[in-house]
Amino acid sequence: MRRTSWFNVTSLTLGFAFLYLPMVLLVIYSFNSSKLVTVWAGFSTKWYGELVQNEAFLDAALVTLEVAVASSTLATILGTMAAYVLVRGGRFLGRTLFSGMIYAPLVMPEVITGLSLLLLFIGIGLDRGVLTIVLAHTTFSMCYVSVVVSSRLVSFDRSLEEAALDLGCSAFDAFRLVTLPIIAPAVISGWLLAFTLSLDDLVIASFTTGPSSTTLPIKIWSAVRLGVSPEINALSTIMIGIVTVGVISASLISKRNAVKAQQDMQAAERGAT
Amino acid sequence: MSQKVFAPWDDPNEKPLIRFENVTKKFGDFTAIDDLTLNIYEREFFALLGPSGCGKTTMMRMLAGFENPTSGKMELSGKNIAGIPPNKRAVNMMFQSYALFPHLSVWENIAFGLKRGNMDKRDIAARVEEMLKLTRLTKFAGRKPHQISGGQRQRVALARSLAKAPKLLLLDEPLGALDKKLRQDTQFELMDIQESTGTTFVIVTHDQEEAMTVASRVAVMDEGRIIQVATPDGIYEAPNSVYVADFIGDVNIIEGTVKPAGDGMYSLAWAENEPPFLASSDLPFSDGQKAHLAIRPEKIAITTEKPEEAKNAVQGSVLDIAYLGNLSTYHVQLAGGQIIKAQTANTRRLSRRSITWEDKVWISWNATAGVLLEQ
Repeated sequence: MRRTSWFNVTSLTLGFAFLYLPMVLLVIYSFNSSKLVTVWAGFSTKWYGELVQNEAFLDAALVTLEVAVASSTLATILGTMAAYVLVRGGRFLGRTLFSGMIYAPLVMPEVITGLSLLLLFIGIGLDRGVLTIVLAHTTFSMCYVSVVVSSRLVSFDRSLEEAALDLGCSAFDAFRLVTLPIIAPAVISGWLLAFTLSLDDLVIASFTTGPSSTTLPIKIWSAVRLGVSPEINALSTIMIGIVTVGVISASLISKRNAVKAQQDMQAAERGAT
Repeated sequence: MSQKVFAPWDDPNEKPLIRFENVTKKFGDFTAIDDLTLNIYEREFFALLGPSGCGKTTMMRMLAGFENPTSGKMELSGKNIAGIPPNKRAVNMMFQSYALFPHLSVWENIAFGLKRGNMDKRDIAARVEEMLKLTRLTKFAGRKPHQISGGQRQRVALARSLAKAPKLLLLDEPLGALDKKLRQDTQFELMDIQESTGTTFVIVTHDQEEAMTVASRVAVMDEGRIIQVATPDGIYEAPNSVYVADFIGDVNIIEGTVKPAGDGMYSLAWAENEPPFLASSDLPFSDGQKAHLAIRPEKIAITTEKPEEAKNAVQGSVLDIAYLGNLSTYHVQLAGGQIIKAQTANTRRLSRRSITWEDKVWISWNATAGVLLEQ
């Protein structure tokens, strides 16, 4: 074992403090009984109680969830299709241009994406609301899905698809029965990525939102402009909690799968005679 | 027990199962298959043998339907199959990587092709059981591909590709991923299965020993062309070119000019101040023609005294000895600098080696031991 030197301990502490101190403060203050955010006045859970009764927040949370589910699903379908064509489609005319273009939104400033979408929606006379946010989120999260899925497809053994064709599958059946189940983890990661991106997007949503469709980030942002309320701290703590549980369970599942795969492998080798 | 020798290729009335007629396949500027004509018959175990990049895999992929010929005709039981997609052909393929579906169990992998047709569920189950029994996998039906060993995976791939009872089964380097011992056992297993199912097998391999063991006929390919098609012993004992002789097994090639000596015999002048070698040949050679004499090392005897009977005998000194256990190979250098390999079987245990390095020895062979080749 290596000794833990004071240098290692210090850098570890500083690093984690830098990352997590703001969040820890937020969580602590969400249990503050005082209405003043910066003054500690004892432990209380009353802000959580009030949050449940705040319909504006709840409505916004519902809209956010709706938008996130719809846009990430749409982005996953489109992004997977794009990735499949770019990786598998061979060398068709304009392939390089297309693959470059699909990654452009990754580096495009959000303000510009938001503004151009707004201009488009006004131009075609689409009323701004949940639909326009969904479309906007699909547009920018689709490329993330396509990056994740295409990196999986590149390492995908092509002969699996050929075997499916050889055994009598049509091209679509081969994709549905063989390719999709195997790349499913990447597709799901892509969906989760798109879901999170949509969940916390403020800039593009505020460009494309309408009067009846306020998402949670917009709601929080506008609430904070009138002063930070402990209610928002409580709401943020809940969100941190959900994300933490999600991340931990995802890593536990993947670790368990890895351990199981290794055991299977060893068992197979022992059983081989 | 009398058995008719299986040789449909010698019967002019036999209809070939597969017919390639002047097939050419180009990838851009690169010619993968060059004007190839070939017949493969029903129940044959046909091996395509050649170095990597010789076009053997392209040929197989054309048979499977993954590639289409640029020009020429390709027939399966008399019907043109160019342009027919792989899922519409009575041809199945066993992939080099096995290409087992990792998300499906062994049972489901084998049933995969059967489920694509409109086959009755009970018939599918019966067929899968039959295939499991044939490949001795019944115990592993419920396992996933990553839960079984390499040899078992190979058998699953075979069972899956045989399940639909194809007219033709293509095997792309089927034993490449197995270690040597397992590979030898599997070769015989493959032959048994081929015989019991009566399916025509076309196997692609770069392992000449494997091709010789399993195949009824072997095609040696190079640069998109078939150099020779013959039975394994035909390829080995009567190669039609230096390329084939050199590709299959070990061989000594002696260059020289021939002179007819009558009665199908030719004398080969191979070095100045040395008596010519005598060799028989079925092919006619003209006086003064350049030729290559190809002799397998095991057909050359090595002795300390000059043998009296042998038609060809020449003296040299031992340069190297390779002891392989069952055999020993001697590298003998002749006066002109040529090195000839001679092989002897070590039939006796604990015998003292009478020949050692630097010894003066005689190597000898008779007139029919070698083959005279034009090129």
